[in-house]
Amino acid sequence: MRRFLTVALFALPMLFLALFYVYPLLAIFRVSFSGPRPEVGAQAVATLVSPTFWSLLWFTTWQAALSTVLTVIAGLPLAYIFARFDFPGKSILHALLTIPFVMPTVVVATAFMALIGRNGVLNTGLQALLVLDAPPIQLEQTIWLILIVHVFYNIAIIIRTVGGFWGNLGPQFNESAAMLGAAPWQVFRTVTLPLLLPSITAAGLLVFLFCFTSFGVVLILGGLRFATIEVEIYRQAVSYFNLPLAAFLSIVQLLLTFTVMVIYTRMQARLSRSLRQRQRGLSRVPANWRQWTLVAGALFVTGVGLLMPLVALVVRSFTLGDQGPTLLYYQALGENPRQSAFFAPPVTAIANSLLYALATLAISLPLGVIGAYMLAQPRSRWAAIFDPLLLLPLGTSAVTLGFGYIVAMGPLRASPWLAPIAHSLIALPFVVRTFLPALRALDRRLREAAATLGAGPLQSWWTVDAPLLLRAGLISAAFAFAISLGEFGATLLIARPDRPTMPMVIYQALSRPGLIHYGQALAMSTILMAVTAAALIAIERFRLPGEEEF
Amino acid sequence: MQAQRGDCGMTRREGRRARISVGRGKFPLLVSVAMAVMLVAACQVTPARPSVQQAPATLVLATHDSFAIGEEVLAAFEAEHNAQVQVLTLGDAGEALNKIILSKDAPLADLFFGVDNTFLSRALAADVFESYVSPQLAQIPDELKLDAESRLLPVDYGFVNLNADAAWFEAAGIPLPQTLDDLADPAYRGLFVAPNPASSSPGLAFLLATIDSFGEEGYLDFWRALRANDVLVTDGWSEAYFEHFTVGSGGAGDRPLVVSYSTSPPADVVYATDGRTAPASVNLALPGSAFRQVEFVGVLAGASQPELARDFVDFMLGEQFQSDIPLQMFVYPANPNAPLPDLFTQFAQAPADPVLFDPAAIEANRERWVQAWAEVMTR
Repeated sequence: MRRFLTVALFALPMLFLALFYVYPLLAIFRVSFSGPRPEVGAQAVATLVSPTFWSLLWFTTWQAALSTVLTVIAGLPLAYIFARFDFPGKSILHALLTIPFVMPTVVVATAFMALIGRNGVLNTGLQALLVLDAPPIQLEQTIWLILIVHVFYNIAIIIRTVGGFWGNLGPQFNESAAMLGAAPWQVFRTVTLPLLLPSITAAGLLVFLFCFTSFGVVLILGGLRFATIEVEIYRQAVSYFNLPLAAFLSIVQLLLTFTVMVIYTRMQARLSRSLRQRQRGLSRVPANWRQWTLVAGALFVTGVGLLMPLVALVVRSFTLGDQGPTLLYYQALGENPRQSAFFAPPVTAIANSLLYALATLAISLPLGVIGAYMLAQPRSRWAAIFDPLLLLPLGTSAVTLGFGYIVAMGPLRASPWLAPIAHSLIALPFVVRTFLPALRALDRRLREAAATLGAGPLQSWWTVDAPLLLRAGLISAAFAFAISLGEFGATLLIARPDRPTMPMVIYQALSRPGLIHYGQALAMSTILMAVTAAALIAIERFRLPGEEEF
Repeated sequence: MQAQRGDCGMTRREGRRARISVGRGKFPLLVSVAMAVMLVAACQVTPARPSVQQAPATLVLATHDSFAIGEEVLAAFEAEHNAQVQVLTLGDAGEALNKIILSKDAPLADLFFGVDNTFLSRALAADVFESYVSPQLAQIPDELKLDAESRLLPVDYGFVNLNADAAWFEAAGIPLPQTLDDLADPAYRGLFVAPNPASSSPGLAFLLATIDSFGEEGYLDFWRALRANDVLVTDGWSEAYFEHFTVGSGGAGDRPLVVSYSTSPPADVVYATDGRTAPASVNLALPGSAFRQVEFVGVLAGASQPELARDFVDFMLGEQFQSDIPLQMFVYPANPNAPLPDLFTQFAQAPADPVLFDPAAIEANRERWVQAWAEVMTR
């Protein structure tokens, strides 16, 4: 009976993926390749021998790899500070650093332009200061801007997942190493880093997949010279309606993603070790002026780098050209001067966004936790298939899968449930990836001890597993929520849901000329930031009953 | 939740109010799920209530993201035909059409609005629309009817052309450009921003205008000269207009010349923030630089409400809907009997000699032309 229940439970996430990922993908591939065989084959061969195809592949891969390395390097110091120190405003800052993750690319692009564009604040300031003829920072449409914005978007993944894992590491190993005479950097290199590696590779993989399938950032900030496979798939599928070529490129993209994941899974199995975790994190107030300087310095650099573009946006949303402060844009959000039929006042858009985010949470969190348990089973036969399958949606062309939904989803096609389902497909890998390192690190002896003391399976789960996994649960809940608020996988949807969300209001405003529309987009972006921050802070404050602060 | 838009006789307004209250609950998701279940149950269990009026039929209109219509105008149709109109927005114009073609065997909607002349051939070749000779077609000028079999009927048209920041040019003491060739003149170096034809519909329209003006042999040379003169190409229209165009960005951008629409200047007035009565941007009448876009509607083959769909086509070509078009979607109504707002007659005069491109040539050559252009611009 128990075995049956376990199997039924484990089948749930697989069923979800089979229904909403594998089936529509196979359906669109079938339709795409339905033409005469020789023609389809000839096109594939022609693509394989063309040098553009190989440079597309090469660029997609190296920019993703470089972006990932840069994101990890930039994120680790912050993960450390958030894991080890308490300081005023910590939880607010933690939430603020995740905001970039949800921002629409068009809005982020305008924010960066406002800062480092030729007429941007930094350039005009530096020009005046250094008496220069030309703007000193010229990053428009360069690879540097793509890399910077990739770091800007994805750093939250490192800070949250690695930081969360770091916070649970006990100090005993470090202390023993220090006692044996190791210098601090030696302790980091020989003790902390190896312990963190499973978490760093897991987070790094997610960052890599996001950058590998990067679409908006490359298109909007990279200009003409850069294209990823995802960009090319979109052009072939949408602009030229060349479905066979789009499907062929999608398969190439999938194969590459799969290869990366096989390498990752091998590494991960070798790296992970179970260790005694602490139920409560051991962050504390900086002890001396050196620690205070470290914390303040790191936070200052982050503040300038990550939050300045966002601050620039907020300031512009409250500024009316040269005429000083205004609330006009916010008022305009609530007005419908042309009596348009599909108008959504901001309260409605916020409510809709939150509703979808909650639905995404309700779908992805239970499925992801079940999936993580399944993968953590020792010598699980299913894990070999399920592990890569769970991550593949992140490496899959959204437009291809979206077209698959049209062919395969029947009556579900225009259902509003498709939105949280599409968001869950992106959120699921996050839930699994944040849970898995924590789950693998669980000391099995604890559970055995509980069993010896007479606890039933449920009771031992509740008293041993649950408290230790809470932190991972909160981290993944935050990501699931943010992914939905930011409308990831929007291109998956067949139709825009008839309940407009906050990002939809922003896109609508930006599709029409007129300063008021631009202002409305800025105002709605500011509201989106505020709602995201509030939601993330609320999630972080969540406690299990009877539990104290950690 | 679909049930809220279903056949339960709930009006649009009630539906919206219900949605808001759903969001306020303590467990919004649970509440809404429960509500949806109850509504579905109610719809299915209770047979058509014995009432004088029949339950309204649902008409599904598929369209692109930029579709807009006045609430009262839509309500007038719904009341007259005892119908409820559900609007499905399927993405940008190209994406929306592809989705319609892919769903040919099981149509997503009853009719589709938003095929433009650059996609006309693709739409007709896919054989997804049914011919309908609307009585209202008599009012529409022949030059807009690009499908002889009336599978796709013209609803509106617009012009992609160049906008300039008149005040910027005056302050800089540079005259406004007079010809397309002027754009390659060193006097206008670094002043022009255009969207990418590979991803933007106005971008493609402007590229087609240059192909028409300079010929297939000459357009690449013109773009080479533009590139040498530091033209900026952005991914989409939004980035060109709001980030780089001096007017659209409220002064943050540094390019006073942009590819946009002939109706952008009136939009600049209607949606200004300083109560201005004249636009800051003007249309440039460079010969051969304006491209005419026509948008069409068609009844989908296999529609579940074909009769009602045809009624809606008549309605879209009729005066009430046509008069609503200019200030909703910022394009010109196809029906000349629909009055134009003053702002349009003042600031958005149609270009005298727009480029009218053969739709079949566009579909046949789009990829080749755009690829050749991209190579010139990136090599």
